[in-house]
Order: sequence, then structure tokens, then C-alpha cells
Amino acid sequence: MIADTKYIGKPTRRVDGIKKVTGNATYSAEFNPEHLVHGYIINSTISRGKIVAINDKEALKVPGVRQVFTHKNIPEEVKIDSDYTDPLAPPGNPFRPFYNEDILYNGQPVALIVADSFETAAYAAGLVKIDYEKEEGCEVDLKANLQNATREDVPDPPEPRGDAAKAYESSKHQVDVEYYLPRHYQNPMETFATVAIWNAEEQGFTIYDKIQGVGSSQQYISGIFNLEKEKVRVLSPFVGGGFGSGLRPQYQLFCAAMASKVLNLPVKVVMTRTQMFSFGHRPACLQRLKLSSDETGKLKSINHEAFGETSRFEMFNETVVDWSGMMYQCDNVKLDYQLVPLDVYTPMDMRAPGGATGMYALECAIDELAIEAGVDPLEFRLINYADIDQNEGKPYSSKELRAAFLKASESFGWEKRIAKPQSMQDGNNLVGYGMATGVWEALQQESSAKAILTSEGKLTVSSGTADIGTGTYTIMSQIAAEIVGIPLEDVEFQLGDSSLPKAPIEGGSWTASSVGSAVKLVCHALQKKIFGYAQQSFPEELKGAMFEEAEFSNRHLSVKSTRLSYSEILAVSGQNSVETSVNSQPADDRSKYSCYSHSCVMVEVHVDKDTKMITVPRVVSAIAGGKILNPKTAESQILGGITWGISMALEEEGMMDSRNGRIMNANLAEYHVAVQADIQDLEVIFVPEHDEIVNPLGAKGLGEIGIVGVASAICNAIYNATGKRVRELPITLDKLV
Amino acid sequence: MNNISYKRAQSVETAIEHIGSKKESSRFIGGGTNLLDLMKYRVENPEHLIDINHLDLSKIENSDSGGLLLGATKTNADTAYHELVEEQYPLLSEAMLSAASAQLRNMATNGGNLLQRTRCFYFYNTSTPCNKREPGSGCSALKGFNRIHAILGASEHCIATHPSDMAVALAALDATVHISGAEGDRTIAATDFHKLPGDTPHIETNLEPGEIITGIELPEKGFAKNYHYLKVRDRPSYAFALVSVAAAIELENNTIKDIRVALGGVAHKPWRKPSVEKEFIGKEANTENFEQLADKLTDGAKGYGNNDFKIPLVRKSIVRALTEAMNK
Repeated sequence: MIADTKYIGKPTRRVDGIKKVTGNATYSAEFNPEHLVHGYIINSTISRGKIVAINDKEALKVPGVRQVFTHKNIPEEVKIDSDYTDPLAPPGNPFRPFYNEDILYNGQPVALIVADSFETAAYAAGLVKIDYEKEEGCEVDLKANLQNATREDVPDPPEPRGDAAKAYESSKHQVDVEYYLPRHYQNPMETFATVAIWNAEEQGFTIYDKIQGVGSSQQYISGIFNLEKEKVRVLSPFVGGGFGSGLRPQYQLFCAAMASKVLNLPVKVVMTRTQMFSFGHRPACLQRLKLSSDETGKLKSINHEAFGETSRFEMFNETVVDWSGMMYQCDNVKLDYQLVPLDVYTPMDMRAPGGATGMYALECAIDELAIEAGVDPLEFRLINYADIDQNEGKPYSSKELRAAFLKASESFGWEKRIAKPQSMQDGNNLVGYGMATGVWEALQQESSAKAILTSEGKLTVSSGTADIGTGTYTIMSQIAAEIVGIPLEDVEFQLGDSSLPKAPIEGGSWTASSVGSAVKLVCHALQKKIFGYAQQSFPEELKGAMFEEAEFSNRHLSVKSTRLSYSEILAVSGQNSVETSVNSQPADDRSKYSCYSHSCVMVEVHVDKDTKMITVPRVVSAIAGGKILNPKTAESQILGGITWGISMALEEEGMMDSRNGRIMNANLAEYHVAVQADIQDLEVIFVPEHDEIVNPLGAKGLGEIGIVGVASAICNAIYNATGKRVRELPITLDKLV
Repeated sequence: MNNISYKRAQSVETAIEHIGSKKESSRFIGGGTNLLDLMKYRVENPEHLIDINHLDLSKIENSDSGGLLLGATKTNADTAYHELVEEQYPLLSEAMLSAASAQLRNMATNGGNLLQRTRCFYFYNTSTPCNKREPGSGCSALKGFNRIHAILGASEHCIATHPSDMAVALAALDATVHISGAEGDRTIAATDFHKLPGDTPHIETNLEPGEIITGIELPEKGFAKNYHYLKVRDRPSYAFALVSVAAAIELENNTIKDIRVALGGVAHKPWRKPSVEKEFIGKEANTENFEQLADKLTDGAKGYGNNDFKIPLVRKSIVRALTEAMNK
């Protein structure tokens, strides 16, 4: 462990901040190679059926139009022996753009117009006439199609324990409720974009892609075009938000690559905002919870069953119900999770996938049971607190949730809450307090990194990870500067390039933990190498010195009374630079423990007595997330999570018309997310949490935990304010009229 | 988006001249905050755009009748923050500042605000039937997502609402819209400017093709003492009104000397009934009377499923807005 740190744990500005605010951070759509042409995608307007005719004559007449690609004219090579899977493809058959005349969902890409300018392509797209043969029936409504639920290709939730049904029947207090979460769309600010450059001479691609992991695009394209991975170089130096939508390659990547190879020209394809609603999304989910407790509020049974939507071609699953088995001490638990295939695109991960969904329902239902039992909701959670993972029977590597409860309630003033609804008022507003617990996995994946220190004192560390706006560039530079002992400004961290050492896709809140551990390890290896050169070059001075005694700071190696600068060590050793590479794996010990981050969210809501307009003047979120590497970027992560939680609770809903499977609010004017005026006083507290098991850094990752529980806390607060329990998101004012 | 020709007009006369015989295929463009969106969605497909931002229509000045004339191309932001508007017509200022976002208000013009089109989801989506976009194709909203739709004055052909906040305040204040055309100048009362859908929902205003709005005139009486614009919406900024109420009262002690109530978000036009208002002149300004007024003003309200909630909501909102106006 690093006792006294210079960079790790210190609030540090983003090292790429200046680039971003001055427009010098280059995103995928901003690469403009010579001879670039532009693609524009046409999407289907029916949800099920066939394309019977495509008339592109008028479009092809437009000056500047190069080609109109459809299922009729794309090369056979991408249809035969092609593998469209990506590293995160769920069971099933991945979607293949322009594969044949079949329409699988409304909004499916059906044609690509390539022209000399985006405007020309977009104009010509309007001239393409597509006739469909519409198949009757359109199944896009989850609740209306539960009869088609299946457990096939769905991972089993943890085994039942005890007898939940029996315990429920004999319990004093019972809650039997159904919660519904609609479809959500990730909508990162940067829309999906690819610039693909086919090199006919080398028979390979260079691709700039918006993606959360260059390895994902690389596997996808090499599989489709039957190319060695080395022939597909993918770059993604800056990503304008992902939130899960960039975990899998999207169809613009296929379009750009295919057209680039056929036309032998660089091709750029950028999605419109409307098209951002035409692929994966957080799946709608219906959840039924039956909970019971004794008269003191001790949980007697938990029965949690969930129905998630998926497409007809892939079985997308997420962890929705497992949390209910883990979070609370309870002897009788039954969990079930099923999927309902619909005429939609395959859902995909969205910030805290499964966790945000499952914990929303669980933490609302727990609130209902606490109220039923007449126990304060915070007290209820303490009564049923689990010190070991109830599903696995393992201890937690660390779990400072009690401290989070305490810190949040102190700062929020939870003791001022009056349990009886409609008791607290402020002018025309009914005031409500609500709380919830949050949880997310603290994962670590295998990851590689490379480090080079030059004799001029510049350190370059690289790993093929991504920075999706989370601060990867910054925290990795901090770790490297700290361990190698050089100023932060002399560190360059490189990422977003498939030619760099392999790293996992950025998701699951595991980047800080996985890549951070690799960076720590490679910098330790660099220390050792420097020490080795020093021993060779300064045998007298370092006689009997041990590596363990050495200190590396201020560009110097110090051991006992000897202090040598890195530059003199390299100079005397005759080296221009020193270089190391590592591959870091999670430690074996980790498997004996359950590793999770936790949170306590407390919110105050105001509900206007007449108009029922809901506002959230205050949120306190106390996080137990292990070692905080950079409190500044860490706080930003949680603030973003809370903000999104407010959207999820009050505003977000993908409105798919069940008559035609079309998203009717596919734009940011009508698909509401929180705006500046929604956000008032947000407070983030990081609870000290020491963890030597989770990974060498002791950090747990903060990408997801911030959103988990926020919607439940708001729902619970609305109940406290109004006495009305709304069990369907978003809680819009009409549900309170 | 289609290919278009673009002309910049320097005077009202040349603008009218430019539009000449191509009235149906041309559009005047001011801030473009709605028109360009509609063009990108291919809902509006003009072949010619006539830029009217350079006409001499961006003044705010006292009118001959003692009121105030708002230039058609003055931006919403500059109008709402104008000293005379803030002082004499704070109801209008309040309504305008509740609309859209700061960026949009900086671009949007006063004339354009009146001509903005509905936010009905089906109007925007060219793959679904819509009588407003494609007369005779049917109304998808009747049995679709109609949470934001009309409860008053709708027809089986269209249940869309007019989305403007500004127009609601103008209706309440008895403003007049000034118009120029090839046939000369004329005025239309703000309350008569927009039409109910009937069986021609694609005809939204009484503006003839080729005519241009040159200004909006506010009468002398501005109800600057007791007024309130209440906007009920899904988020506190950048959201259209589910229901809005422009309320203004002139009081003598506690007696209603004059009263105006116009509603937004509930009909194809700002909803106002002067005959109902008249009934309450001379009565006491109290909750009971406000409730009666609310019932009468919304008499015949009809929901279409998702928007049923608007009926009780609008009645409560009217009472609330009048109460807030009283307590101003």
C-alpha cells in the first residue's frame, strides 16, 4: 500500500480537459482522411415483414451519389462464412445488417446511401422508395406478451433457500407488488460514428469507431470480413459517452467498413439522433415481489420474479433478481428471471444494467414492507443487514454500508422525517423523504499494460482501454506518476488503439480496477528494471541495497543515503529508455470473497398539491466504493449517476407504439432526461473503505453505483409526501393527479 | 432534407414579392427553430426559403393606440426581457420565459412563435398516418400515445394541441396580429389567429398563403398588477405544457373588475371564452368563483385515454393560477 501519496487519491483535473474544452480532442466522426465519402442510413418503417421492392433510380441520379447499398447488392463475402459476433454477444444470432429482405424490427437499417457529402447522401436517401410486405401482428409490449416468457438460454438465478411461499403465508406483514420499468435509451451525447479506411494493398482496415473497447470492433470486423485481427486496426481515442451503448459494435460500423471495401474509399457514417433509438436499449422489465416480515420488521421471505424483454434473435440477459437474494438476511428466498422475445432489437447494457432495474423494485418493495411493519425504512435495513453475501455465503472483501447509512442520514437529517404521508409541507408543496440502498459488483478483469521511461524523463504508459468520459486518461496517469515517481505532466497515457496491449472493454465499472491494477503492476516492474540498471551501473553506491528499501520519487531512486536520478542511471547504463510490459490477473484470493460497492441514497421531494409537479431539491448519496483514486472525477461519476437516477425516476421512457413497433419520441425534445433546472442540491460522500482483497489498488470502480437506488429513493419519497405509491416508472405527474 | 433555394429579403414588400406565385412551395424563415427541425424530419418540404430576419421588423415600440407593438422578427428572449414588456405586460414576459430553453429563445422570433407547429408524435413521424401532415390519412393519436393531446375543441380528425406559451398570454391580453400580403395589410385578433382542427387540421391559422406576420400589438391594458402564467409540465425547463394557464385579474377591493383566463396545452389553439369571463365581472374574487369559472371554461372537455388526467388538472390549475394572480 502507498502510505503517503502525491497523486493517487488527490482531486486532480482531467489531463485531457484542455483538449476537450478547446476542441482538440478528436472524436471518431472528426477524422477526415483524403477522398472521404459519406454514408447515410435508411431505416425500416415496419416492424415485421419483408422488403419487396427498392427503387433507388432517382437517388442514383443525384450528382455526387456513389452507391446505394441494400441486401440486394452487398458483397456475398459478408454473407457467407462470416461471423457477426462480438465479445459481448448474448446467446443467439447477432443481427446482420442488409443480410436479406426480412424485417426484424421497426427502425432496422435497410439501405446505405454513399455520396460525396453528408447532405447529398441525406437528400438522396429521401428519394429511395422502399416497398414492404407487412406481416400482421407486432409484439413489442412486454406486459401484453408475458405468455411467451421463457427460461431457455437464460442463466439460472441463485438456488432457492428455505420455503418462501410457506414463510410468506405465515408472516405477520406482507407485501405483494408489481413494478414496471419501461425501455430506456442510453443516448450518449456523441452519436455513433465510424470512419473506415480500407487498404487494398495491405488487405486491411484502419477504423475510427465510437466504441467502449477497440477489441470489440476489431473482433466484429475481422469476423465479418474473414481477416486476421492484425489486419483490422481500430482506434477510438475519445468517446463522447457510452453508458453501455458502445459495449457492442453498432450497425454504422458495418456500413462504413463494407462500403469502404467495396468502393475502395474511406467512408464515414454518422448516426442521427433518431437512429440512436434504433438499436440496443435498457430492456423493459416487469417485476413481482412478495416480501414478508415478522412484527419486529425481521424479513421472513423474499420472492422476486422478473420478466425482461429481448429480441427474437438474441437472448439478452442481465442480473435483475440476484440482488434480492444477496442484500438482506433472509432464510426463505425464491428468485426467478425470464425473458420475453419481442419484435425489437436486442436490448443491451445501460448504466448499472440489471442492478438499476432489480434494485429499483427491491428497494421500493422493502420500503413498502417497512411501512407495513411500522418500522423506519433505515431501521428496517439495519435490522436485516447482511454481513455476508447471502447468495454465496461468502464474506465481503469490504462492506462499509453501515457507515454509509450513518453518514448519509447525518448529513441529510433523516431523523426529521415524519413517517405519516402528507405530514410535511413547504408552501404549496407536500414534502417527502425517501431512501434506498445501492449495490454494484466490484469486478476485475485480466488486463495488460506497457510502460516506457525515456532518458529525458518522459513516461509513456499504454493499454488498449477506453476513456468514455469517465477519466481513464487521468487516473491512469495519476497511478503511473505516483509509482514511477515523476511529475504528472511528464506522463502520457495512451489508450483506444487495438495495437496497444489488450485491455477489457470499458464497462461494468471495472476499468479503474482492472487497467489500474495493470498500470500499477507495470510501473512496479519499471521500478525493478530501473533498480536493476542502477545496481549494474552504481555497484559501489548500491552495495547490499534491496529493492524493497528503495524509494522512487521526484525522478530519483533513493536507497539509504544514496540518491540517483533516473537520467543518470540510464546514461551510465547506456540506455535511451527503459521499457516493461505486464499482464495483470485478478488474484486467486478474490474468489473467496464477494466484492461489491454499496451506497445509501436519501432524497427530499416536493410535490405541488395542485399541479402534482415533482421536484427533487436534495439528494445525499454516501458511497462505500473502496479507495477513491481521484475524488474529483469520482464525484463527477456519482453526480452523473444521481442525475440519471432522477431522469429514470421522473422522466425517461421510450414510447414504442404497440401498433407498429415504432419509437414515437426518438429525439431529445420528447425523450426526456433531467435538464439543468431539474438538478438542485446534490451531495456525494465517500465513506472510507479499506480493501486489500478487491485488487492491488483497493479501488472498486464508480461508474454504475451512483445511479442504483436513486429511482427507488425518489419513489419512496413521493409516497412519503403524498401517500400514493406509484409502481411504474417514470413517475410523471399524471400518475399523481 | 431536400434541396432548397434561399433568398434573403430586405423589406416586407420584397419578401411578399419573392413568395409571389410559389406560395405553397415556399416558407418564410425567421429563427428557424421549428422549421429546420421539420425539414430534417421531412415533415415540411419547402423548395424555397425566404429569410425575413433582415426586414425592419425587430423593434418594440409604443403603438398609436397606446399599447405596444412587438416586431415580428424580434427574438423571444429580447422581447421577454424588454423593459416595457416586463413592466407593462409581465404576464407575457413570464409566459415567454417559461418556453423552450434559453438557446431556443435567443433564436426564435415572435412571428415564428405563433406559427410553430404541434408536437404531436405522429405529426413528426412520417411513417405514421396524420391528417395534419397528410390530409385524409387518419389520426394516429386518437388511439395512440395521446398524453399530451387536446381535451377541448378537438375533432375525430385531429387531437393535436398548439404548443406555444406566448400565444396563450397573447390571447389572454387581447393582442392583435399585424399581417401584410399582396392584397395589403390587415389585422387578426390573437384569439382568432389559430383555428380549431375541424376536418381541416392541416390549416392551422387564418393567415393566408403568402401573407407575412409583421408584428403583434398589445392593447394598453396590460394587467401588470395581478397576473400569473402557470405552466404544468414534465420537467421544469425545455418541456411543452401539459396544461398552462394565463391568468389576469383586475381587482377593486376584492371584486373582479376584469378577468382573463387563457389555456395552453389543451386545444388546437389558445383556449379562451370571453363570455364566461364576463359572467364573473362584479363577483367576488374567491376560490368558489374561480372553481365555477374553471368548470365553465372547460365545459365539454373530453379525454382520449392517456390525457384524461388533463381534465381535473386543468381545472385545478385555473384556480391555482387565479389564486396566485390575486396574491401577486
